[in-house]
Amino acid sequence: MTAPAQTDDLASLEAGLDALETHDVDRTPWWRRALASAWPPAAAVALLLLVWELVYRAGVKPTYALPSPADVGLVVLDQLRDGTLVSAIGTSVERGGLGFLIALAIGTPLGLLVGRVRTVRRGIGPILSGLQSLPSVAWVPAAIIFFGLGETAIYAVVLLGAVPSIANGMVSGIDQVPPLFLRVGRVLGARGLASARHVLLPAVLPAYLGGLRQGWAFSWRSLMAAELIVSSPELGLGLGQLLDQGRLLSDMSLVFAGILGILVVGIAVELCLFAPLERRVLRRRGLLVGT
Amino acid sequence: MTLLDTRNDRPGTALPAVRLTGVSKRFGSGPTVLDDIDLDVQQGEFVCLLGASGCGKSTLLNLVAGLDAPTVGSVEVPGGRAALMFQEAALLPWLTAAQNVELALRLRGVGKRARRERAGELLELVRLRDAGAKRVHELSGGMRQRVAMARALAQDAGVLLMDEPFAALDAITRDVLHEELVRIRASQSLTVLFVTHNVREAVRLGDRVVLLSSRPGRVAKQYAVDIAQPRRIESPEVAALSVAITDDLRAEIRRHGGQS
Repeated sequence: MTAPAQTDDLASLEAGLDALETHDVDRTPWWRRALASAWPPAAAVALLLLVWELVYRAGVKPTYALPSPADVGLVVLDQLRDGTLVSAIGTSVERGGLGFLIALAIGTPLGLLVGRVRTVRRGIGPILSGLQSLPSVAWVPAAIIFFGLGETAIYAVVLLGAVPSIANGMVSGIDQVPPLFLRVGRVLGARGLASARHVLLPAVLPAYLGGLRQGWAFSWRSLMAAELIVSSPELGLGLGQLLDQGRLLSDMSLVFAGILGILVVGIAVELCLFAPLERRVLRRRGLLVGT
Repeated sequence: MTLLDTRNDRPGTALPAVRLTGVSKRFGSGPTVLDDIDLDVQQGEFVCLLGASGCGKSTLLNLVAGLDAPTVGSVEVPGGRAALMFQEAALLPWLTAAQNVELALRLRGVGKRARRERAGELLELVRLRDAGAKRVHELSGGMRQRVAMARALAQDAGVLLMDEPFAALDAITRDVLHEELVRIRASQSLTVLFVTHNVREAVRLGDRVVLLSSRPGRVAKQYAVDIAQPRRIESPEVAALSVAITDDLRAEIRRHGGQS
């Protein structure tokens, strides 16, 4: 048995073994996936509209309290045409987006600090998780007294809602980093900043993204709570203020239009931003099974 | 098969690749994990550490890797650092196979172009050149361990420490990787300190097998493996020495039963 022949043998043996043990990932085209995931919610919405129409026709409530889907549709179209709804959505999205970005800038370093420094964690950690379970609408009166009726009060409420979620996402991400990864980093010679950059932060990413996603949801909810209560003529008209206006006018169709606007924005941000981002990160790491 | 003195001193040879002198280790006020270990690993030697649970094999590797310090005694690695491979491949899942290898080079300060080139060579060495762009989850267990081996070699450390690296693999893959490791070790003239609790694996791979006792870990016995490579794990020579070592290993384990 000569040496080269033997290594060739080993090479082909290994190639065979590798081929047997790896599987090609089956990739369905994106449009088919989109179609497959689009029809169940579409059907559910259709069903909901149908039930609504039936309840309306049964006359359970007077029309001013429960308008028909068609009435609400017309009001939505009206509001879209004269630009009120679009501008209200614009105002709210701007506030929500800006608030979210500020929350991101505060929550990320805060989370790192709480996650990595033991004394900070002991001090702030419980407060941070406690804050997360406090409905941010509870902050509105305090914010109004402290900042007055203005945008600052709105942003304060948004931040109090979103910062704890983002920071907590970072903290739980840090807690979930497999110790083996950190050990490997040390064996490879990663210390301090290099370890954070090449091992810790990439490892934290999925949980951090989860925190961002929740942070956005909290920003958006807090914003609506704040806008509902903090309204004054000088303030731009956001979706929450539109809702409040509908209540004052006892215009249920306008209220429904506002709710629809809030829902659409929430779903759009989830569907267009967070879901694809998260899916990409998870797929690259093989953490996403199937589609 | 020859029984060796604890200290493998050959007069006239250069510095050993690893030298442990009177090493003891205990964690806090706990029991002694390693007790007065003297062990030399010569340049280019392949030493297998064998022992039952609680013999402190992994602790010993951590000491040599510099991840921990001995309570008493000294650990010297004259060639500088040692590379360490674990039972799990421990590849970073957000990087491709090639990027995992490149990270080891990057943390040593190797430039970008040189990094790419060297990673390519190392993947070639473990016969995974075409898998460089694959993500960790797209690789089989055996392929992952080969990438981990390429990454360990990228540390250019002179001594390769292996902590039961093949224990989680199926028997067929393990057998192939044994052959692969022997080939790579010969081509790179590596010094290897290999921890296992598989007697046959130790005899299949090592130039020398060191049997450790448990609780505390002490060097119980050493065996020179005078069987020419390539060996096969099924061969009668490997089997014969394995039987002898297993008997000694069992004798060591029986001491803990409290029956005698």
